[in-house]
Amino acid sequence: MGNKLIELDIRVPNQTRYLGLIGRIGKELARELSRENGESETLAQHLNVVLTEAMSNAIRHAHEGDPDKTVHISISIADDELRIRVYDHGQGFDLSSLPEGEPQELEAGGRGIYIIRCLMDTVVYRRSKEYNVLEMWKKLR
Amino acid sequence: MTITVTERNGVTILSLGSERLDAHNSEMVKDELKRRFAAGAKKVLVDLGAVSFIDSSGLGALVSGFKSAMAGKGRLSLSGLQAQVHSMFELTRLNRVFDVFPTVEEALSSFAER
Repeated sequence: MGNKLIELDIRVPNQTRYLGLIGRIGKELARELSRENGESETLAQHLNVVLTEAMSNAIRHAHEGDPDKTVHISISIADDELRIRVYDHGQGFDLSSLPEGEPQELEAGGRGIYIIRCLMDTVVYRRSKEYNVLEMWKKLR
Repeated sequence: MTITVTERNGVTILSLGSERLDAHNSEMVKDELKRRFAAGAKKVLVDLGAVSFIDSSGLGALVSGFKSAMAGKGRLSLSGLQAQVHSMFELTRLNRVFDVFPTVEEALSSFAER
């Protein structure tokens, strides 16, 4: 039997101080799911990381650190699939231009999207006139 | 985040006092490491024993510190990696770059041997 539909819609200021809150929400959600699915603590760690990286990406690269902007994150679970969307209203970026392999060992940056790609099944970044969205899916079984 | 600095046997130990090392506080660690090596430190240990979560920004700050160490002909080691932190080092293969020790004591012994 599939999971019941869960939807979380979160809006927080475009500030890194809220990364911990978003990460903890992901961790607690995974623990809640594990009571039904038997997923391990690993999923809690992964969601903590993925949400932190995705929000951090929006804050720094899309919203250019503007503290007056808002980051909008939507998390939904249906039919044993988790979907995370992180919206931004910035210039956006071209996901396909980023290398898919491991980042250079001694590069200080460039690991965020690599980490997300490693921990999620599918990662897409869509750009439109109104907003951009980083969309990520993961099968829970 | 509080960074506690102690000197033992010629090694500068930076103990990070935060559960999370992410984009909110990683710049502080990066700057502290840069400043220490620029000031002539040759042996620096970052103790991550209190850190239970690290993201790409935190890893980037440590890589930046590693490069500062190389530029100053010094050495940067790490100790006390908790499970999540260790798994992030493995995922990004940075465990092949850094000298990582279970405890501060073991890291200090390693510095003494060289």
